[in-house]
Amino acid sequence: MAGAHVHALYRHGATRLHRLRPQTKIAAAFLFVFAVVATPREAVWAFAFYAVVVVGLAAWAELGFRFVAIRLVVIAPFILAALLFPFIAGGEKISVLGAELSRSGLWDMWNVVAKATLGLLTSIVLAGTTEIPTMLRGLDALRVPRVLTAIMGFMIRYLDVVLGEFSRMRVAMRSRAYEPTWFGHIRPYATSAGAIFVRSYERGERVYLAMAARGYDGHMPAGATDTAAASEWIAALSLPALAWLVTALAWWWL
Amino acid sequence: MSVPTIAVEGLAFTYPDGTPALRSVALHIHPGERVALLGPNGAGKTTLILHLNGINLPQQGSVAVSGLALTRENVMEIRRRVGVVFQDPDDQLFMPTVRADVEFGPRNLGLEGSELDKRVQKALRALEVEDLTDRPPNHLSFGQKRRVAIAGVLAMEPEILILDEPTSNLDPASRRELATTLDGLDTTLLVVTHDLPFALEMCPRALVLDKGEVVASEPTADLLRDEAFLKKHRLELPYGFAVAD
Repeated sequence: MAGAHVHALYRHGATRLHRLRPQTKIAAAFLFVFAVVATPREAVWAFAFYAVVVVGLAAWAELGFRFVAIRLVVIAPFILAALLFPFIAGGEKISVLGAELSRSGLWDMWNVVAKATLGLLTSIVLAGTTEIPTMLRGLDALRVPRVLTAIMGFMIRYLDVVLGEFSRMRVAMRSRAYEPTWFGHIRPYATSAGAIFVRSYERGERVYLAMAARGYDGHMPAGATDTAAASEWIAALSLPALAWLVTALAWWWL
Repeated sequence: MSVPTIAVEGLAFTYPDGTPALRSVALHIHPGERVALLGPNGAGKTTLILHLNGINLPQQGSVAVSGLALTRENVMEIRRRVGVVFQDPDDQLFMPTVRADVEFGPRNLGLEGSELDKRVQKALRALEVEDLTDRPPNHLSFGQKRRVAIAGVLAMEPEILILDEPTSNLDPASRRELATTLDGLDTTLLVVTHDLPFALEMCPRALVLDKGEVVASEPTADLLRDEAFLKKHRLELPYGFAVAD
């Protein structure tokens, strides 16, 4: 059933983290990731602290180990690329298990792996506790231009429709005894991708007509503004504030 | 006689590639009427609808909605007065939630606050989809999507509601439920459909459009009894179906 793809990032729940206003969560996650990125790579203790914080949040949100672990897999290509750094970077070499590795390459690898993993974990917690429509509302509340949030909304809305069309096309192909085996058979897929592109373009026109028919004049109507209380902001931002403190300490101790 | 909700005179339209879609269409729909618009594929039904709410402007002839002539300047007012529900609800439901979608039209009209809430609630209630308010449209069944699409247009409180193929792809139970719901609406209706029994059930009068011209405007039952006429314009009743005298 179409619809599973987009929904897969959210974990239904009723924890405090789920109920927090989306704008405060988005701002907190953003500032937290900034702090992580700004931390000097040598401050290993600081990354340990961040990891405890994010894992703690994931546990608090009752996301579950499996849920988080499966979604972490998207980072694999970056990790694989980072694993090459010690072999290709120059500078001072050290011997690890008989292999000559670059010292700065090893630090680079650690830097990428630690920061990317923490960043992804943060976004998994954010997406896991915030439904997409709520997330868009939060972005609106943060004064992200309506055009951008509208585009995101459309993308999410029609991703399912397009994927649904693609899977129906695939079923139709296979029903006519087409069984894709290996790369050589990719041609029909490429053709159907082209067909999907054209169909989506035409659908875009129909959606525009439907919008115009309901009075759309080039400006998305502003949604109701939902303001978060100061106490909510303080609660949400206390965490990135702590992270920034750790970042400052890490630089100071360097 | 009252001012017609829709008055079309001598409307003609040719697509940029030279295909004539409408040639001299004339029709009137009066307040409170329920009219079916019938016709074979390619008769120009969709093109006609697009003229009724100003998506297309007349190349020749005129369209007037409750006395207001359609011109480039008053397109927005015409769109407020004429609500169109398109065939594929996936084209119509583009906002992230049902509520946001039903709010889209009224917000474009400048409504907000409690007035907006009232409108949205009323439309959701009329289509019996109140319990779907916070759902994303992609998680709805086809029948639910169609209802929400109608609610989104009804929330603009148009003077006339135009439905393009409202029963297509619905199972018989959903079709019957939709008919009951539409029957309860207190709105002038123009129903474009291939579903002749549905037209008979909903609309006392029917217009037939063929090759870009209105070829009949008759009581629906009379029209559906005229076998020769139906055949001539590629209209067919379902097998075994006959309209009683």
